[in-house]
Amino acid sequence: MNLKLKALTKSLWVFHAACSPCNNCDIEILDVLTPRYDVERFGIQLVGSVRHADVLLVSGVPNYKTAKRLKLLYEQAAKPCFVVSIGTCAIGGNFFRHSYNFVKPVDEIVPVAAYIPGCPPKPEAIIMGVVKLINSLKG
Amino acid sequence: MSHRVIVPIGPYHPLQEEPEFFKLYVEGEKVVDIDIVIGYMHRGIEKLSESKHFDQVSFLVERICGICSNSHPFAYVNAVEDLARISVPERALFIRTIIAELERLHSHLLWLGLAGHFIGYNTVWMWSWKYREPVLDILELITGNRQHYAMMTVGGVRRDIRKEDIPEIKKMTHDLIPVLNMFKGAVMDDPVIHARTRKVGILTKEEAIDYCVVGPTARASGIPIDIRKDDPYGAYDRIDWKIITQEEGDIFAKLVVRVLEMYESIRIIEQCLDKMPEGPIDADVKEIPQGEGIGHIEAPRGECFHYVRSDGTNSPIRHKIRAPSYMNVASNKVAAVGGTISDAAITLAAVDPCYCCTERTAVIDKDSDKKIMNGWDLVRLSQEKTVRLKKGLSK
Repeated sequence: MNLKLKALTKSLWVFHAACSPCNNCDIEILDVLTPRYDVERFGIQLVGSVRHADVLLVSGVPNYKTAKRLKLLYEQAAKPCFVVSIGTCAIGGNFFRHSYNFVKPVDEIVPVAAYIPGCPPKPEAIIMGVVKLINSLKG
Repeated sequence: MSHRVIVPIGPYHPLQEEPEFFKLYVEGEKVVDIDIVIGYMHRGIEKLSESKHFDQVSFLVERICGICSNSHPFAYVNAVEDLARISVPERALFIRTIIAELERLHSHLLWLGLAGHFIGYNTVWMWSWKYREPVLDILELITGNRQHYAMMTVGGVRRDIRKEDIPEIKKMTHDLIPVLNMFKGAVMDDPVIHARTRKVGILTKEEAIDYCVVGPTARASGIPIDIRKDDPYGAYDRIDWKIITQEEGDIFAKLVVRVLEMYESIRIIEQCLDKMPEGPIDADVKEIPQGEGIGHIEAPRGECFHYVRSDGTNSPIRHKIRAPSYMNVASNKVAAVGGTISDAAITLAAVDPCYCCTERTAVIDKDSDKKIMNGWDLVRLSQEKTVRLKKGLSK
């Protein structure tokens, strides 16, 4: 494992990109940061710009307006940047798979490092997903 | 004329329920005009609903908004029951009312937290989200899920409330009262919150009527509209509760309306649990006849309206939805204009339109097209104003 990756796993900074979700995944992500779950204890912090982020959390179904902006966001991020797709919508489209405004699942737009299924995933599931991501980075 | 710049807030990156794009025209610190563009989170739900069965649609409309994930199915089942003239069992009506009020509690606590965050009180944010968790626990106890409760079905509800759970639910609901007292004290007595929210973003009664605002936004401007009283659905006509109104129309009034409404919600839940009759929870609907029906309910943010038309087959041929924020967001046109940029964050958030879009903000110089500020700068500006005020007060 190179030094950059080793440093990165100590404290993940996450940026949250919502691609037309129903908000549930988003409020569960914020829930993970608030006192009951409080992942800031482990150095995981929500940042305001994707340029500062190590992890890009994507939720929702990419539609024609958000899909190209998601790609742009990923291109702007400093690498290595890992994409975590949260919720059934981001993984496969959920109910909206047959909608005329659905483009493609997130993993066909940007490379995805971890999937957290659920509609919405519980905060515990999100934490487990992040732990698995860190463990896989450590190798 | 001083130099005029545009502050675009949004557009595509809404973290909360509805995606909006606000274009603030500012001269110096002052907001002189605002343009509102909505429609960024289009998923074609109305069209999708035409390809689903009547039973499936309630799970589809649940996914319109995660925070109001009971309001939309509730309005939809009301519409279908209006269409098919179904009489719903009493017990189901009471269970629906309990879920709707629990949702109002969690939604108002969520808004209170975000409002605290926008004016730089992260403690309020953390507290109110912490005390929101017990509400989600109650919902999980009743419905089996923290969000997306999937309780509503045409003709009744899908799960019963077990008799042995009722004391636990009552206790957990009752435990929220001291928490609300704490919030009430924190909001009503804090001089900084007063300074930040009083006489800011005023929406007068006339303007509120002109812009057809609904829900807490209208009630804070002195208009006593509430679908729960005006056209009772569920079990609201069998329960004693009152509409909360404030006259001022500023952000403080909106804050007070929401805090006091939470007390009413707890009262409604407690009465429902006491008065709930025994009996079936589902009317066992066999088929939906031809016709059309409407259903509207009071969501945490205001009136949520659904229209369903059926041609006698097993899916609707037209399903129209109007969510409350659609009406409320437009009122920012008057509420935010005339204020300062540092107040814009809280003013736009005050109608509860989901304001996390701020982080997509960028101040662009009209002539050079150069980015000066982003969304977090806007929140920072707002937070700095609070710090300044605090210093001024402690002198």
